[in-house]
Amino acid sequence: MNIIVCIKQVPNTNEVRIDPVRGTLIREGVPSIINPDDRNALEEALRIKDTYENVKVTVLSMGPPQADAALREAIAMGADEGILLTDRAFAGSDTWATSTALAAGIRYIGDYSIIFCGRQAIDGDTAQVGPQIAEHLGLPQITYVEELKIEGDKVIAKRALEDGYFVIESKMPVLLTAIKELNKPRYPSIKGVYDAYKGDKVKLLSAKDIDVDFDNIGLEGSPTQVNRSFTPSGRTGQGEIFQGDYKECVNKLIVRLREKHLV
Amino acid sequence: MDFNLSKEQLMVRSIMREFTENEVKPIAAEIDKTGRFPRETVEKMAKYNMMGIPFPAEYGGAGGDDLAYIIAVEELSKWCASTGVILSAHTSLACWPIYKYGTEEQKQKYLVPLAKGEYLGAFALTEPNAGTDAASQQTTAVLDGDNYILNGTKIFITNGGQADVYIVFAMTDKSKGSRGISAFIVEKDYPGFSIGKIEEKMGIRASSTAELIFQNCIVPKENLLGKEGEGFKIAMSTLDGGRIGIAAQALGIASGALEETIKYVKERQQFGRPLAKFQGLQWMIADMATEIDAARLLVYRAAFNKSNGLPYGKEAAMAKLFASECAMNVTTKCVQLFGGYGYTMDYPMERMMRDAKITEIYEGTSQVQQMVIAAAVLK
Repeated sequence: MNIIVCIKQVPNTNEVRIDPVRGTLIREGVPSIINPDDRNALEEALRIKDTYENVKVTVLSMGPPQADAALREAIAMGADEGILLTDRAFAGSDTWATSTALAAGIRYIGDYSIIFCGRQAIDGDTAQVGPQIAEHLGLPQITYVEELKIEGDKVIAKRALEDGYFVIESKMPVLLTAIKELNKPRYPSIKGVYDAYKGDKVKLLSAKDIDVDFDNIGLEGSPTQVNRSFTPSGRTGQGEIFQGDYKECVNKLIVRLREKHLV
Repeated sequence: MDFNLSKEQLMVRSIMREFTENEVKPIAAEIDKTGRFPRETVEKMAKYNMMGIPFPAEYGGAGGDDLAYIIAVEELSKWCASTGVILSAHTSLACWPIYKYGTEEQKQKYLVPLAKGEYLGAFALTEPNAGTDAASQQTTAVLDGDNYILNGTKIFITNGGQADVYIVFAMTDKSKGSRGISAFIVEKDYPGFSIGKIEEKMGIRASSTAELIFQNCIVPKENLLGKEGEGFKIAMSTLDGGRIGIAAQALGIASGALEETIKYVKERQQFGRPLAKFQGLQWMIADMATEIDAARLLVYRAAFNKSNGLPYGKEAAMAKLFASECAMNVTTKCVQLFGGYGYTMDYPMERMMRDAKITEIYEGTSQVQQMVIAAAVLK
């Protein structure tokens, strides 16, 4: 069974600061990490590899040449190989252009049973790329996976909702997106680090190497236009204080919450 | 001259940082208080090949280099100097002499499980009357048929009582003085070997420091490490490398303390502004940051030399002398900057200060480092 895990290298937002004037991230000196949800996706793929025989895990990313480090880290965790789509033609891609490129990368890899993505990236929070890849490839998709079982040629996934969950069964091939509740990712092993840098474990592919429509990648191929980014000023709404008998207060509170359609 | 870490070393550092943050920091205060040996952390380190970083994969190691190992000790020691020294004593003092002086059989039998972390290692040189004067060994080893019979007592042995394998030094020929000392690989279950007193210490309280007692302890003669009479050379060359590990521990303590202090002085307000806005305190921070950076360069150079086959005895002594005194100085000042809070156990500063002191003492006191350095520069 072949599993492809899509990962994104992102700035560690715990250490990132925002330029107050331009409203953009100050990336200088901020360490890059594998996007946390993507690590959960990778961990689940590696657990499948640990459990079943003949499982191959390929990590796929689109990004600048430095994203090589994220793929090597994934290999140090236990993935078999990495593929990095890197080309100036991909620069400035929004989610549509990114998913177009990744889907082309996945077609290039060919044989797969599961495509695993993280729910969303901490530097964009869109949660769009995974589902879009599934649409490009015409695959069934299960998002927000918090528990996963493999049975024969099917997956059975628990899909988290805000106030409950679905249990969904799907035939493979299927695209899944992972949330942090799915598992606790392992650390890369130190031996894995040294092995990851030995030999030719990461393959670099340009836009021309994969069969991709150039009108749908990069800045030109991105329908999203960023007009301006800014830090919202503090909330202006005023608080309301209920005083007196607590039962009466609770009643008033519930009435107010209902008026606002919050309960 | 290139001051950049390799891609592998950078990744090791980020793994060790995350590991320390998630697995080591949360229990650091508790194990300091109780003096409990963090067996679970050792098992986790074994799982991720942290127990044999600089040794080749065919001997159970991670296939890394000395600098990556040193970075691991530094990162662990930022939050828990006890965990830092467990790794340092195991790697530098137990694994390394077997790697350097062991026969192929000894390497397969002992180094492989040690480097994999299946065994924990320790190094037993110090005796009640042989501290800095390590050549005055009173423990004896007498060849009797196929075995050596060991008698004597070792004290202050790091990982003592927790280790599975000990590198033990003993006199095989008293008439030859330091050239009559030999080294042995001793398993914890050998008959006649027992653990005596476990020390209650001021710092590194979760690291086990024990007395080892040998009463007609039977050690198979194939467990002689190196040749008879080579023990002192083995001990001294092992300590040359061990000092880089302790220097890294000291460096970790100092940089962890400063990192916490920088956060604190930015938050703590007095006279209507954060402490960080007071110039007198800024100067303290600036001096500490400079001293730590200088220590780091010395420590990394010593590790670099060791990895690259360059001489490192003097460099290791300089690194340990400077880094350990830096750790003591920095943690003392950090307690000062934390004020009353720094003196309480609610904050890690007092623990870091207690932990720092030992780095000026073990694996050669500061005065021993000065002797080594002076001998090298005055020769």
